[in-house]
Amino acid sequence: MRVALLQGGRSLERGVSLRSGQRVSEALRDLGHEVVAMDLGPDLVSRLESSRPDVAFIALHGTEGEDGTVQAMLELLGIPYTGPGVAACQRCMDKSLAKYILREHGLPTPDWVTYSEAGIRDFGAASTFGTAVRRVGLPLVAKPASQGSSLGVKVVTELAQIPNALITALSYDDRALLETWVSGRELAVSVLGDEALPVVEAIPTESNAYDFEARYEIGAASFECPADLPEEQRDEVERVALAAYEALGCSGFSRVDVILADDGPQVLEVNAIPGLTETSLLPQAAEAAGMDFDQMVEKILQLATGDE
Amino acid sequence: MRSSAMRDMMEITARPEVISLAGGLPDTSTFPTEAFAEEMHRIEKTAVAEVLQYGPTEGSMLVREQIVEVMAAEGTNVEARDVTVTTGGQQAIDLITKVLIDPGDVIVCDAPTYPGAIPTFCSYEADVRQVECDADGMRIDLLEETIATLEAEGRRPKFIYSIPTFQNPGGVTLSLERRRRLVEIAQEKEILVIEDNPYGLLRFEGDPLPTLYSLDGGNYVVYLGTFSKILSAGLRIGWLVTPTPIREKVVLGKQAGDLCTSTLTQDFAGHFFASGRWREYVAELVEIYRARRDVMVGAMAEYFPHGATWNKPQGGLFIWATMPEVLSSEDLLAKALSQNVAFVPGPNAYVDGRGASSMRLNFSGVKEDEIIEGIRRIGQVAREQLKLYETMTSTDEMRLPPRPGDAEADS
Repeated sequence: MRVALLQGGRSLERGVSLRSGQRVSEALRDLGHEVVAMDLGPDLVSRLESSRPDVAFIALHGTEGEDGTVQAMLELLGIPYTGPGVAACQRCMDKSLAKYILREHGLPTPDWVTYSEAGIRDFGAASTFGTAVRRVGLPLVAKPASQGSSLGVKVVTELAQIPNALITALSYDDRALLETWVSGRELAVSVLGDEALPVVEAIPTESNAYDFEARYEIGAASFECPADLPEEQRDEVERVALAAYEALGCSGFSRVDVILADDGPQVLEVNAIPGLTETSLLPQAAEAAGMDFDQMVEKILQLATGDE
Repeated sequence: MRSSAMRDMMEITARPEVISLAGGLPDTSTFPTEAFAEEMHRIEKTAVAEVLQYGPTEGSMLVREQIVEVMAAEGTNVEARDVTVTTGGQQAIDLITKVLIDPGDVIVCDAPTYPGAIPTFCSYEADVRQVECDADGMRIDLLEETIATLEAEGRRPKFIYSIPTFQNPGGVTLSLERRRRLVEIAQEKEILVIEDNPYGLLRFEGDPLPTLYSLDGGNYVVYLGTFSKILSAGLRIGWLVTPTPIREKVVLGKQAGDLCTSTLTQDFAGHFFASGRWREYVAELVEIYRARRDVMVGAMAEYFPHGATWNKPQGGLFIWATMPEVLSSEDLLAKALSQNVAFVPGPNAYVDGRGASSMRLNFSGVKEDEIIEGIRRIGQVAREQLKLYETMTSTDEMRLPPRPGDAEADS
C-alpha cells in the first residue's frame, strides 16, 4: 500500500511525533509499504492529493494532529486514516469534556473544576478559587485542558499556589483543570481494535516515590508490563478502560491512563494518539501481548482500512 | 534542557515560520561569495589530493599559525606548537573535560553559564558549582567563598570554567580588576582556569581587556577559541591552548575521538585567514551585530513589561533578560511558541533550577525586522500573563491567608 505518514506538526509535542514517525516509517518499509512522509505545512493538502495514498498513518501528537483537525481534512479528501475519528479526537483532546462524558457514562474519574482564561480575566472567576479548592480538595493537580504530555502540570498543596499553577497551565491552553489528586498505582491501558492490551504500570523510582510531580515527569518512573495485578483487579481496570475508550468513541487504538486507588480504578484521561516510539507504552503493551512493532503497525493499518 | 518534554518543545523552533531568538548563530549571509569561490578554485588547482586526506591530530600547521595571528589581534601571544585544533569549540570543551575530570570532581563555572557546556560536564559526572555573575562578570568574592567551602570539605575544584568576555548567556564582561584577581587565585591555589573566548573579537564599543591567558602567561589558564563566530560555524574549527603536559593528553583524547579535524575545512580557513581578509570580514560582522543589538534593546524598552530587566552587552551575540519574578520563562516560552517566537529559558543555563524568570535572547542570527517582531510578541505574552496574575491575586480571597478549612477540604 502507499501510506502517507503524517509526522512533526506545530504542536509542543513535535519532537515526540518526529520520533514516532521515524519508528513507524521503518516498520512500514519493513512491511513492504510505500511511505510518503509529510510534515504539516501549507502544502499538506496538495501533497495528499497528488500522492494519492491508500491510507494516512497519523503519527502526530498534540494540537492539530490529535485534536481532529488533520482527521477532518483527511475525511474531506476521502483518505482513510489510522486511530480515532474526528469527534473522538476532539473529546479526548479536551480533558474537561472527556471527564464530563466519562461521568455521564457512570465511569469513575477524579473530581475537577475547569477555568478558562477568559472567565478569570473578564468575569471575575478568580473569586471562586476558595470554593474550587474546597470542592476538589488538596493536594490538587492543575493542568492545561489540552496537552498530552507533562507540560504545564503543577501540583498544588495550598490555596495561595493556585494563581501560579494556573498561570503555568494556562500557558499551554486557554482552559485549565484543577483536579483532585488521587493516590494509587499508575496504570496505562492501551487499546488496539476492541481489545485491551496488557496493563503497563509506571513505578516511580525510589528517590522520588513521594514526589507528586514524578507522576508527570518522563524518566522519573520505570515501567512494568504486564503490571503485577490480581486477576480480579486487572479485569476491573480493563473493563473501566475499555468502557472509557468506547464512551469517548475511540477506534483503531488509544491509551487510557488510570489511577488504581484503594476504592478502585479512576480514569485520568484518554490519549487519542499515544506515543509510538520504541519505548512508548502502547508498543510495550503490544509486545507483552506477543506482537512486535511491525505487527502492531500492520494491525493499526488494517484497522484503518478495514482489511482484516 | 532539564526535561525531555522541554527538549521536545524546542523542536518547533526549527519550523520556518518561527522567529528563533534561541540560537547562537553567526550571520553567514554576508560572507563574500567570491572569496569562497577563490579558495575552492585554489584547492581545485593545487590541493585536491591533500584536502581529501587525513591530517595531523594537532591540526595543520597553517591553521595553527593563523590562530596565533587571531589571538595576537586580542593581545594574546602564544606559540603555534601550544595550539591544538579541535572540531569546533564544543569539542575543545569536551576534550578538556574528558582529560581533566573524573566522576565526582568539582567544576566551578559562571552562573548562568553556557547551556551547551552543562551536558558535557554532566556526561563526565562532574559536580558542577555555579558562582553568580553581576554586571562585571563572575563575582570573585563568591568564587573565593566557594573555594573556601570546598576546602573545608577537603575538596578543591579541578578547574574553573568561565567565559570572561561577552559571556554566553549573560552578555557580561569580567572587569579588569576581577580578571587580575581570578588569575592570582588560580596561581595561589594552583587551580586551572578554562577561559572560553568565542566572542572576544566581536566588540562593539569600549576598550578591549586582556585575556586571562595573557595575564597569566599560560601557566594556569587554558584557552579555548573558535572560528565559529568570526568566520563560520559550519567549518567546525576551534582550538585549545594548553600547557604541554595537558596538551599531550588532549591530543591523545582527540586521536581517540576523531583522529583529526576536517583537512578540507582547515585548508579553507587557513588560507582565508592567511589572506588577511578576515579582519575586514570581522569588522563587517561587528557593524551588523551592533546594529542588531541596538534594535533589540530598543524593542525591549518599547515592548517588555514594567519590571523586566536586561543588559546592553558591549559585544558578543546575546542579551540576558529577566522578567518580573512571578513569570516563569518556561511557561512564557510555551506561550511565545504559540506566537511563533522562541528563546532559551533561563534554567538551561543552570544546573540547579535557578534562572526561572530569565531568558537568553540572540540578536546575531536574526534580521532587524524579525528581532523587533519577536521581541514585540514576547512582550505581549508576558504582559498578558502578568495581567492575568494580577487579576487572580487581587481578589479578597487570595489577599487573605487561606481559611483553616481549606487545607482539609473533603475530596
